[in-house]
Amino acid sequence: MTGNPSGASSDWSVAFELKAASFTLPIIRLLRADIEAVAVDLGKRVEQAPEFFHNTPVVIDLSGFPTDGGEVEFPLLVGLLRGYGMIPFGVRGGNKAQNTAAEAMELAILADHEPRASRSERHQDPAPANAAPSAPARSPKRSSTLSDEQPPAVTPSGNFTMVTRPVRSGQRVYAVGCDLSVIAPVSAGAELMADGNIHVYGPLRGRALAGMKGNTDARIFCQDLQAELVSIAGHYRVSENIPVELRGIPVQIFLEQKLLRIERI
Amino acid sequence: MARIMVITSGKGGVGKTTTSAALAMGLAQRGRRTVVIDFDVGLRNLDLIMGCERRVVYDFVNVINQEANLNQALIRDKRCDNLYVLPASQTRDKDALTKEGVGRVLEELSGGFDFIVCDSPAGIEHGATMAMYYADDAVVVTNPEVSSVRDSDRMLGILASKSRRAESNLEPIREFLLLTRYDAERVEKGEMLSVEDVQEILSLDLIGVIPESKSVLSASNSGIPVVLDRESIAGQAYADTVARYLGEDVPHRFLEVEKRGFLRRFFRG
Repeated sequence: MTGNPSGASSDWSVAFELKAASFTLPIIRLLRADIEAVAVDLGKRVEQAPEFFHNTPVVIDLSGFPTDGGEVEFPLLVGLLRGYGMIPFGVRGGNKAQNTAAEAMELAILADHEPRASRSERHQDPAPANAAPSAPARSPKRSSTLSDEQPPAVTPSGNFTMVTRPVRSGQRVYAVGCDLSVIAPVSAGAELMADGNIHVYGPLRGRALAGMKGNTDARIFCQDLQAELVSIAGHYRVSENIPVELRGIPVQIFLEQKLLRIERI
Repeated sequence: MARIMVITSGKGGVGKTTTSAALAMGLAQRGRRTVVIDFDVGLRNLDLIMGCERRVVYDFVNVINQEANLNQALIRDKRCDNLYVLPASQTRDKDALTKEGVGRVLEELSGGFDFIVCDSPAGIEHGATMAMYYADDAVVVTNPEVSSVRDSDRMLGILASKSRRAESNLEPIREFLLLTRYDAERVEKGEMLSVEDVQEILSLDLIGVIPESKSVLSASNSGIPVVLDRESIAGQAYADTVARYLGEDVPHRFLEVEKRGFLRRFFRG
């Protein structure tokens, strides 16, 4: 028997894997039936940020299309979008006739409801999802400090949350709507999150994510930087990209022109 | 009221059962009425290390399920009258441990003993959380090696949040670090984490350092808790650990390479 070391899933007989994933895509929401007007407005937008639209898959949203607007001229519209480099691939919010017309143009019919509700109410994802560069920080709908295994000594006092016991590997502390101060070591594998600033008066060996709801003015202050990952409003840096000379010393971490800066204090 | 001590680690194979047996025997030898409970249901080992495997009739799960009473299940150690063993069941799984059942058994034991030593299974799942849930003190057994240190850190987080004391806002569990399989020679060569390295990461009270010793394996294989081997440095280190746990101020030994031994070898050669 010769065993395949990488396991059955990568067996040679398997040609593909079927998986599900979700993407954030731009939506063109049609508000007028007049394709000419759409073309003019779109032209202005694309001029501002041509790169943004280049080779970008887009969804056409018909939920705002005037009911007395007649038919949607899909061939014209699709041509127009393609002309600007976009890849229109589906519609949503259309009625039966519109959907039929869209299908004739080989556009996919997408489900009507927006998936956002289930997404933001889901339990907080681990850091990388939140820390994706320039992705908007996801806002959990929790109003209190949350954590998988909350250290007992969390005292929310006014506008900051204080932790006085070591934050251990696997523990998470989230200061919702305020600053977070930790007066103890933060272990590798632990996770600090705050909507405001984060202060650590002990070695910071885990992850620290400040400005969770997108506050780009948030900062991280720590006495001894040994972090696995630091992030401000979704702009992050992993340990590998933190220069050796900044490790093990007191630093502050902040955003300057959307760039994450680590500076000695 | 007995004091409940859990011997835990997160990682497997670091010496939890060896430590449970040694500390329980050490406490009993110092006149404390002690019971040691094997929480590793399905992978029963403590009875072997304690050398009572041929006397197991009923087990912990039988008592939890009220199929047997404690007197029927407890095995008295032949070497020390103060020591009892409550073995695990080998034929069941960890789900047989219920919070209520474990609580009831510990409560019942509490009246007749000074110390209850809980030998935790590896991992952070149900068996391990049951072993630590009612603990007053925790001895976190760690090898001087990065993955063991991280797993101990994880376990400390669970101790601080998922125990009875944490849930009912009582004074937190007292946590102690016990370093096992410590090899001063390899530490000196930089091949192994030092006591300071581990303490720096875990920031925990050090209750003992057990040096790597061949006597541990031979003691285990013959069912004799290593603390009974007075010749063994590991046995002596466990005896020191017990003394420290009982509040005595005993300096740490065996942290340095034995210089004399080296010189002797040198001159002989």
